[in-house]
Amino acid sequence: MKLFWKTGEPYVLATGAALAIILVMSLALVGVVMTNGLGYFWPRSLVKYTLTDGTAALGQVTQEENNPLTGKKRLQLKVANRDLLGQDFRWIDEKDIVSRSLPATALLLERREHGNFFGFLAGVTAEGAPLTATAPPGQLQQALRIVAERMKATATIKQQMSSLNNRAERYRLQLLKLEYKGAEQNRGAIAELTATREKVLAEFAQLNEKATATLADINRITAQFTDVSGAAKEIALVEIVAFQQPNSMSFFAKCAAYLERVRELLMDDPRESNTEGGLFPAIFGTVMMVLLMSLFSLPFGVVAAIYLREYARDGLVTRMVRIAVNNLAGVPSIVYGVFGLGFFVYGIGGTLDSLLFPERLPTPTFGTGGILWSSLTLALLTVPVIIVATEESLASIPKGIREGSLALGATKFQTLVKILLPMATPGIMTGLILSMARAAGEVAPLMIVGVVKLAPTLPFDTNFPFFHMDRKFMHLGFHIYDIGFQSPNVEAAKPMVYVTTMLLLAIVIIASSTAIYLRNRMRSRYTTSTF
Amino acid sequence: MELTQQQEKSQAILSVSNLNLHYGTAHALKNINLDMARNQVTAFIGPSGCGKSTLLRCFNRMNDLVESARIDGSIRFNGGEINDPATDVISLRRNIGMVFQQSNPFPKSIYENIVYGLRIAGVNDKSTLDEAVERSLKSAAIWNEVKDRLHDSALGLSGGQAQRICIARAIAVNPDVILMDEPCSALDPISTLKIEELIEELKKSYTIVIVTHNMQQAARVSDVTAFFYLGELVEAGGTRMIFTNPEKKQTEDYITGRFG
Repeated sequence: MKLFWKTGEPYVLATGAALAIILVMSLALVGVVMTNGLGYFWPRSLVKYTLTDGTAALGQVTQEENNPLTGKKRLQLKVANRDLLGQDFRWIDEKDIVSRSLPATALLLERREHGNFFGFLAGVTAEGAPLTATAPPGQLQQALRIVAERMKATATIKQQMSSLNNRAERYRLQLLKLEYKGAEQNRGAIAELTATREKVLAEFAQLNEKATATLADINRITAQFTDVSGAAKEIALVEIVAFQQPNSMSFFAKCAAYLERVRELLMDDPRESNTEGGLFPAIFGTVMMVLLMSLFSLPFGVVAAIYLREYARDGLVTRMVRIAVNNLAGVPSIVYGVFGLGFFVYGIGGTLDSLLFPERLPTPTFGTGGILWSSLTLALLTVPVIIVATEESLASIPKGIREGSLALGATKFQTLVKILLPMATPGIMTGLILSMARAAGEVAPLMIVGVVKLAPTLPFDTNFPFFHMDRKFMHLGFHIYDIGFQSPNVEAAKPMVYVTTMLLLAIVIIASSTAIYLRNRMRSRYTTSTF
Repeated sequence: MELTQQQEKSQAILSVSNLNLHYGTAHALKNINLDMARNQVTAFIGPSGCGKSTLLRCFNRMNDLVESARIDGSIRFNGGEINDPATDVISLRRNIGMVFQQSNPFPKSIYENIVYGLRIAGVNDKSTLDEAVERSLKSAAIWNEVKDRLHDSALGLSGGQAQRICIARAIAVNPDVILMDEPCSALDPISTLKIEELIEELKKSYTIVIVTHNMQQAARVSDVTAFFYLGELVEAGGTRMIFTNPEKKQTEDYITGRFG
């Protein structure tokens, strides 16, 4: 026994146990997120329950538990049909159930508004659209296709409208500028611009009318449904995103439906106050913000570290600066947010506005939260990480390498650029990975410097100047907070919280893996060996 | 003997007079006076901490990197004053190359290691660089070993090869003097032998100053030997004389292994 303690075996076991606990905890976290997130898109059966009071309920079982009041088992059912029933979920006590069945024709409708609809198809009314299919589901499919085609036509109109709107907005801003400079002197130009703008607006109105007419036309194509209690419901097909009959779907059809939902998640815009639909704007916003952040913090941090390590005289001041930099990483992130709001948004942004766009005031352009200020705030937050990592890797380069370069007649700067920086790159990349992971997961400071619940436009589009740094954006981390805790329908949004978390994790993992891959490639090129 | 020493004096390429060096309060070199002749090998011997490496590093002003170092006295190289603040350190270091105790190839290809000194001097002509690589690798007696893998990383070489690459790298910029700071202390006997043979060959075109702990090595490769002890130059003279008939008792004691 004494020997057992002497060999140090227990300490080895303790270290192993510590690692195991950490591993189990992170795996459990990822596991919970994955099981809840990945299952969400799988088409689940629509079960019809007949109850003792003679009514029936149709829905998907979301969870089972013991009723805290009676101690008996009960089911939570997602019954959807929010517009008819008032809420998406209901609890059913096991003892109330008379029978359960899986009606093959039960239909799940994904709608643009009011959440899903569970029920049965009664018929399709398609004015001016000949339907060749005879069975109602086929008809519905065909009608949906026709609607989609017609919508495509309106989409081009919408695009034209958007570009017209853009032009009108530009003219309006030019007008504002001219008026600001002096309405008297620029009277001619103003009149001319106003006329052009009127013309554009007229064109816009014309297109708008056309679009409205087409939409009204399309709106006349409807389908009739009944819910489980027999109540009739007519829904315009434009409102329908997709439909499925999960009870009669084959395994492969379910797989296809699953993949389609994943595609929607990655590529489409959110619906239903973010609880349904895709996450594309949030993904785009997160990635763009992190990339912008790296663009600011990487050069800044590396240069600062180079000065600290290579040029600053090692004295009290340098040591104080170093301690300060290390401690900056411990400042609560919300403090950075407040600083960003005061310094970047109101300070720099406000000044920019009064210098560049005085005519638009009091409407702010840069003087309000936006992706640029968010990236800068997060860059400030992550720059200590990069400074520390760069300093460490510069310090770990053997003295002989520096002296070898200097002894060959290289200046300090040449040595730095040609030898030291390439050798420090793997370490710098490590810092970048850490800072990117931190920035991607940060929410608190973003909430006050530019993230919004729903951004109407992406910070990047085809309108000049393509990158719109002043725009607000969506972010996955904020999205989790928003749909999980701020949404009007928290229960329905729960799976989406898991999915969003999973996506954010995936983005961080992808970004880090890329950086780690690059780092390892560099490391194999630049590792020093002495013998 | 008298005559050759006279000749040495007249051909001195490096000439140290009244050199003192302080590291903070420590007096590391005390009033050194020494001449080194062109195309000869001068060996510095002495126990650890006697200042021989410090003196060597004065010749290419590597002590500039040490903040606490303070130098007075004069070192003349080809007639110019090295310690003059106006001296161009960059061109000085191009003329006085250095090989370190620990081989320190850069994490680049062998080719890029050799041409590093030329590239930073602004030479980018491919044929000039190719020619310099071949010439210096041949001079460093390593051409046959690496000619087929010039573009492989220099980090994959053995210690002896890496040290010869470092010598080749120093030669590539065509210096007048090569300083060697215990170049063989980290090498096995065979690699050491190769480097000693190389030194024999190199002295035809370069002046070499070598610091060594190994007295046999000093005896084998050098023409002139200088013995240092506690920052002082105890004795300097023809190698054969120092090793067979030293003037000072201290030198004799050290050489015969009675101390140090």
